[in-house]
Amino acid sequence: MRLFFIICLSLITYSANAQVKLLSLDELDKRLTNGRDTTYVINFWATWCSPCVAELPHFEELHRANLKKPVKVLLVSLDFKSKLQKAVIPFVVEKKLKAEVFLLNEKDQQAYIERIDPKWSGAIPATLFIKKDKRQFFEREFTAGELNAAWLNFNK
Amino acid sequence: MKTLIVIGLLLISGYSFAQTAGYQVGDMVKDFALKNVDHKTVSLANYRNAKGFVVIFTCNTCPVAQAYQDRIAELNQTYTAKGYPVIAINPNDAGVVPNESFEKMQTLAKQKNFTFPYLLDPDHVVTKQFGATRTPHVFILQKTPKGNVVEYIGAIDNDPEGESSSQITYVKNAINDLSAGKKPAVVSTKAVGCSIKWKKTS
Repeated sequence: MRLFFIICLSLITYSANAQVKLLSLDELDKRLTNGRDTTYVINFWATWCSPCVAELPHFEELHRANLKKPVKVLLVSLDFKSKLQKAVIPFVVEKKLKAEVFLLNEKDQQAYIERIDPKWSGAIPATLFIKKDKRQFFEREFTAGELNAAWLNFNK
Repeated sequence: MKTLIVIGLLLISGYSFAQTAGYQVGDMVKDFALKNVDHKTVSLANYRNAKGFVVIFTCNTCPVAQAYQDRIAELNQTYTAKGYPVIAINPNDAGVVPNESFEKMQTLAKQKNFTFPYLLDPDHVVTKQFGATRTPHVFILQKTPKGNVVEYIGAIDNDPEGESSSQITYVKNAINDLSAGKKPAVVSTKAVGCSIKWKKTS
C-alpha cells in the first residue's frame, strides 16, 4: 500500500514537472539577461522533426551531466501552438524529458527566425549556445559525439 | 593531435560554407538534367515557352512539405498557364531516410496525381548549387535572353498550417509581379522547415 502511494506521488510529481510553458523571444531574452554567468544551450526542435527527436537524448545527457554547473538546457519546440496539449505535452511525458521544455510563442516566422540568428534559414534542428555576449549558432543535427565536441569547443 | 584539430576545423568551416553557398537573388542559374519519376530527364531548356520557373525543393516525408503538397499542385495548375511551371526536386538521400527513395517518390507522385515533374537529385548536386537548406524551399526563376535568373528565394506563404485568415502568398505575389514586368516586392523569406537529409560521407 505504501509502495502504491509512493508510485502515485512520483507520478503526480512527474506530470506536474512535465509542463511545457509558452515562451516568447522577449521572455527568452529576459531569461538570458538574468542568467548572468549561466551558459544556455537552446535547442530548437519539433515533435514532427525526426532528426530533432533523434538528437534530444544528447541534449538530455548534456543537461544531466551539468546539473551542478551553471548550465541550462532549454528545449524550445516550434510545434504549432494548437499542438501543445495534443502532441507536445504527451511527447514530453512519454520521453520523460528532464530538461526544461518550452513551446515558442511567436507568430511571425519572418521575424523570429531572423531574431534567433540572422544566418538561420529556418531548417530544424538548430541549436544556440549562449554565454553572456558569446554565442554560437548551429543549423545542423548532432550525434552525441558531435554535440560533445561542439560543447567542449564553445567552453574552451 | 594537431592534425586532428586542423581536420576538425576544416570540417567545421566546410560545413558552414555548404550552408551559406548557393544562389542569391540576381544570380544566373546553371541548367540541370535530373531524372523524373517517369524516368525521363528534365532540364530547364526543355521548356521552350516558359517565362520562368517555380523550382521547389520538397520531399516525401517532411510534415511541412506534406502540408504544402496541395498548395504546390495548385501553384502548378495556376501558373503553368501563365508561363511559370513548377519543378519539384527531392534533395534528400534515401540512404539516410529510406522513405525518400525514387520508388517512394513515384508512389507519392501517382497517389497525388502530380502534374509537375518530381526529380531525383543524387548526391545533392543541384541542391548544393541552389543552396537549398530545407524542405519546402522555393526558388523562382525568370527567363532572360542571357539565362534563368533567381528572382525570389524562400517560403510558399507565411501560413504552414493553412488556416490563417491573413495569409501572405509570397510565391504567388512574386510571380504576379514578374508577370506584370516588375521585380517582386518581396525577394526573400524564411520559414521553419525540415533540414535536408545529406548523404553520410564517412
